[in-house]
Amino acid sequence: MESTSSSRTPEVLAATPSRRTVLAAGGGIGLAALLSACAVGGGGGSGAGASGSGKGTVRALFMKQAGYSETDIRTMTKAFQAANPDITVSADFVAYEALHDKIVAAAPAGTYDVVLIDVIWPAEFGSKHIVADVTSKWPESWKQDMLGGAVATPQFDSHFYGVPWILDTKYLFFNAQHLAKAKVDAGELDTWDGVLKAARAIKSAGVTKNPLVWSWQQAEALICDYAQLLGAFGGTFLDSAGKPAFQHGGGVQALEFMRQSIVDGLSNPTSTQSLEEDVRRVFSAGQASMALNWTYMYGMANDPKQSQVGGQVKVLQTPAGPSGRPGVNGSMALAVSAQSKNQAAAWKYITYLTSQPVQEKYALSSLPVWKSSYDNPAVVKTNPAVVPQAKKQLADLILRPQVKTYNPLSQALQTEIQKALLGQKSPQQALNDAADQAATLLGS
Amino acid sequence: MSVASAGTAARTRRRPSRWSGVKGEARFALALLLPAAVVVFGVVLYPVGRTFVISLFDVTSPLPGDYPFVGLSNYTRVFRDPAFYGVLGHTMYFTLVSTAAELALGIAVALLLNAPLRARWFWRSLVVLPWALPTIVNGALWRWIYNGQYGALNGLLETLHLSDTPHQWLGSPFLALNMVILADVWKNTSIVVFFILAGLQTISSDLYESARMDGAGAWAAFWRITLPLLAPSIAVVLILRTIEAFKVFDIIYVMTGGGPASGTQTVAFYTYLQAFSNQLFGYGAALAYLIVLAVFALAMLYLRVLRQGQMAGVE
Repeated sequence: MESTSSSRTPEVLAATPSRRTVLAAGGGIGLAALLSACAVGGGGGSGAGASGSGKGTVRALFMKQAGYSETDIRTMTKAFQAANPDITVSADFVAYEALHDKIVAAAPAGTYDVVLIDVIWPAEFGSKHIVADVTSKWPESWKQDMLGGAVATPQFDSHFYGVPWILDTKYLFFNAQHLAKAKVDAGELDTWDGVLKAARAIKSAGVTKNPLVWSWQQAEALICDYAQLLGAFGGTFLDSAGKPAFQHGGGVQALEFMRQSIVDGLSNPTSTQSLEEDVRRVFSAGQASMALNWTYMYGMANDPKQSQVGGQVKVLQTPAGPSGRPGVNGSMALAVSAQSKNQAAAWKYITYLTSQPVQEKYALSSLPVWKSSYDNPAVVKTNPAVVPQAKKQLADLILRPQVKTYNPLSQALQTEIQKALLGQKSPQQALNDAADQAATLLGS
Repeated sequence: MSVASAGTAARTRRRPSRWSGVKGEARFALALLLPAAVVVFGVVLYPVGRTFVISLFDVTSPLPGDYPFVGLSNYTRVFRDPAFYGVLGHTMYFTLVSTAAELALGIAVALLLNAPLRARWFWRSLVVLPWALPTIVNGALWRWIYNGQYGALNGLLETLHLSDTPHQWLGSPFLALNMVILADVWKNTSIVVFFILAGLQTISSDLYESARMDGAGAWAAFWRITLPLLAPSIAVVLILRTIEAFKVFDIIYVMTGGGPASGTQTVAFYTYLQAFSNQLFGYGAALAYLIVLAVFALAMLYLRVLRQGQMAGVE
């Protein structure tokens, strides 16, 4: 016996399309192909951008984590709107990991007038006309008044594609109480060797099982940590001819250092699955004694409302390796979208957000790009722990490669570095393989 | 006028009006179908056509422009790309294991929910909960559960004294892929349960009664009656789940970002990376097209099996 309902389903599904249906479907697809062939690329494209009246609505895209918080940006925006009543700003926030792709996907429709771009994107976005070239709008004085690392952030090929806004590098944060328990002097943390020695002491004293935690997930965060170590060990990403060089000398030593710290149990094994926020959580829960992270962690890890180690957190500039202590340039800039129809208003908004008084007011979240701010007692008072370290560190930054194919290059490097960290390949082999892929990408 | 001739005249008069009525109805039906047709054209046919056109060009930006025509070289590039075979392997493994696990578990839970339980409605609504959760939320939830430092799974194992060393569930490539599959199975078994449950309710209890009288045990009844009659529901659910699993993207994006060491990258995730992160839209379109073709082939295969009636039990 057979139930009727059970036999009906397959019949419906198995219905053979008639010849006419097939022809109609084929015709439909053909027509679709014909119509869609009208323009290749983009979603129809709204044409080039326009300056606009300097009034109206400005749509801006920011990131959610690190640097200025969402509340900071909303408060800044409110103040801007009060001063410019004929401009309305609507702000969207996405995770850093989604920011690049959102900018790309929104570009053809000109959805955003202002976008926050990372230091590694001006080459790609500038050459593909996703963000506008604002070189002619850059006052000459900014080049002198801003710190060198900041000026380099939105630059590619001597053109400016934005205005620096978040000037950041990775600092070494440590839990003073943990160090005291293990009888470690903070002065030891001045070098990477000292950090390892301190970590061993903390581990053997049983203060924390894995004293170090890092953001080594397969993401850009991994490359930031690697860049900082690569610099300390005297390596470079590319040589003077623009060819991969990270597979030699300091580049390999940096990766060996990273791998060994996992093998020795000094680095938390969750590091290979962690982003900066995971690092902050583990550190704030008192489960790590030392961590490399951006400026923003200082305020949050020391805030008893968000941290179990509030008041115990201290910050230092990045430890020195055999070749110095460059910090990774993790700065970001505000750019005008090339497709924006309201570029004049967008520029007004950008110049307001990046202006010295606004940046100084929010220095606890992110340090200003302006040189003189670091001698302003009000700024030092806002963030007395980080500013003195920043003053030293921001003069010595290492850039990740400024190339148009940075993203695929970074992905190849991330995968291979992770293979070495997980012990699937030796650091040298992993970096050789990454260099082969990078050479192809740089040649393309 | 005779009755007959009056009748003929009436028929003659009625005929054109009936025809015009049909035409009117057809036109009305067409008018009603038009919005759906526009939507189907807009969201299915047009993107299908456009993706194909883009896949023939070396499109390297989202903006419209003149890009070189490269013919089928984006397609041949896919097969020359060593990374593609890795992600294809992950995708096949994910599809096979997750679909099989969801089906086995789905049938078991459906049988349980079909039994005369007390408060059956409650259990049934409970089972639908994971499915009602958005995949992004599900991914974030499991990322927390699996966390090697503060995750609930390690906590549970420790509480039960099963293991006191924290495990890195997402720490190595193959284990991470399996853990993502587990999270996917947890969410998607619900939909399988409901399809199977619907199928189970159409099986008459007389069948089981007569089988019992013939001396068949529960096990024999399951294999000889339940499973063959469930075949249509199983087939439908297999089609749906296989296709969905083959296209898996969001749970990977949230839980692992394709890592560690690219061990959880799937074809759809890789396509996304190529198209949006690397702005290789032509290459991404070729990859997307191959996914469409693979899904189409899978669907046709299932339908073919169904049409033969063997699996459906329909002769």
